[in-house]
Amino acid sequence: MEQVTFPLDSVKQALSGLIEDVSTESGEVVVRCASAHIIDVLTALRDEPSLAFDQLTDLTAVDFPSRPYRFQLVYQMLSITHNLRLRVLVSVPEGDVVPSVRPVFASADWAEREVWDMFGIFFAGHPDLRRLLTDYGFEGHPLRKDFPLTGYVEVRYDDTQRRVIYEPVHLTQEFRDFDFLSPWEGVQRDIQTADDEQESAT
Amino acid sequence: MSEMQIRPMTLNFGPQHPAAHGVLRLVLEMDGEVIDRADPHVGLLHRGTEKLIENKTYLQALPYFDRLDYVSPMNQEHAWALAVEKALGIEVPKRAQYIRVLYCEIGRILNHLLNLTTFAIDVGAMTPLLWGFEEREHLMEFYERACGARLHAAYFRPGGVHQDLPDGLTDDIVKWADKFPEFINDLETLLTENRIFKQRTVDIGVMSREEALNYGMTGPCLRASGVAWDLRKSQPYDAYAEMDFDIPVGKTGDCYARYLVRIEEMRQSLRIIKQSIENMPAGPVLAPDNKVTPPRRADMKNSMEALIHHFKLYTEGFHVPEGESYTAVEAPKGEFGVYLVADGTNKPYRARLRAPGYYFMAAVDFLSRGHMLADSVAIIGSLDVVFGEIDR
Repeated sequence: MEQVTFPLDSVKQALSGLIEDVSTESGEVVVRCASAHIIDVLTALRDEPSLAFDQLTDLTAVDFPSRPYRFQLVYQMLSITHNLRLRVLVSVPEGDVVPSVRPVFASADWAEREVWDMFGIFFAGHPDLRRLLTDYGFEGHPLRKDFPLTGYVEVRYDDTQRRVIYEPVHLTQEFRDFDFLSPWEGVQRDIQTADDEQESAT
Repeated sequence: MSEMQIRPMTLNFGPQHPAAHGVLRLVLEMDGEVIDRADPHVGLLHRGTEKLIENKTYLQALPYFDRLDYVSPMNQEHAWALAVEKALGIEVPKRAQYIRVLYCEIGRILNHLLNLTTFAIDVGAMTPLLWGFEEREHLMEFYERACGARLHAAYFRPGGVHQDLPDGLTDDIVKWADKFPEFINDLETLLTENRIFKQRTVDIGVMSREEALNYGMTGPCLRASGVAWDLRKSQPYDAYAEMDFDIPVGKTGDCYARYLVRIEEMRQSLRIIKQSIENMPAGPVLAPDNKVTPPRRADMKNSMEALIHHFKLYTEGFHVPEGESYTAVEAPKGEFGVYLVADGTNKPYRARLRAPGYYFMAAVDFLSRGHMLADSVAIIGSLDVVFGEIDR
């Protein structure tokens, strides 16, 4: 099977009025659309015979805390019939509800549960949106950028209580985060914080 | 006799159950012996790999990939190496590509050996496991001779492989590959026409072509449902375009078809192994760009520049230009993808690992509904799930 040239025109035609933008980024086709249209976009991509994106390979999100639309949902589509790949990007602000694509693609079931678990993006119309990978009773959404790498709680078995207990994280060794980006800026930043500490001390 | 009310029963399967393939907790709602609903509780092995990778340099992130699907570690590393190479835009030397293909196929056989034999023990056949693990040990010796580790290899690096193969290793692999078809035949005499094995697997967990695509199945599970789709053929990476091999496709989409596809895939992997050894060119195994790949140890004794490169690479690491990309490889279980968001620094901004087993596990509910309790064991066994990659 040969890699065929991407039928960009039929994407534009099939999705006209639904999407904001179609572009090619380093050889990969990217479609951007509003969250309200995501079901229509995926359905159109699947049902248009010249595209036939019959598999939702993956669904995930990326957290950009500085952007007004904080989360970017990423739908990876695969057309087995035409050997094509395509990515649909949807930007959503924090607290927004996104329509679930579970009715269109069954593979979205656990993918959406994971995004809910890891990022706290709520999917409307999902039949069973529970946490999946994290512990029972877990709080917070670990893949958000403001969630610390070490987490907040740690578990251990307590011999006296004879059960597993949760405690705040205690690091036996100081958390090491090396800033290698620029040694000069790194030093400046250290001087700055040292000054701040001195000021607060006085 | 008067009418009797049967109370539906909830059954907890695992996480400490030998047929749960690791740490699967399956909550089954049963109507007598028949499964009404299966609710897999995963995440007991969740280590936060994606979060950890965001806090490591690109090279430090690589060993985490061994720990995803720990049955075929190098295939996972391959996806990461390819993703980073794509983002950096570097070329991999031909010899390194062939070594990678060779070891990916060894990984595929490692994986299928473990899956087929544990699948067999799940449905009652003990001998294949004992035989198969002996063969796996030979293969892990090949792993060890190439990189020093039986399991957590960290052998594939962005830009090639860490070191060249030692003398005589390829000869031993060929010797092994000549003997191995006999083992596959022996394994088949135990299982393929075995009445008990067929009773346990034929027409169990059937998936049609459309259902398989809809549920995001990839790899042997998709091919067993009659879809001729293999990334090694359709979107070839590294040296796969130069290999001559066939893609086995199943017809029925049941547990037995998944078994048959894997058996044949092992034979095809042997073909690729032999071709990659025969046609392996001489030359370097790492890209010469010392901004990405470390200099050789001997150079560091004489060259100040090499020493600086080495120091910078193993402290700061290399910087990857801003951009997003999705790279997928045909891992033994299915499509293993890496969605890499780079922000121009030495650490990935986000790395999403698309594990094939995750989608298989999500389909367990669909597959086991209406089947007997014992069939759920056969279904899980045939799907080839490893919790390292599902829980990540």
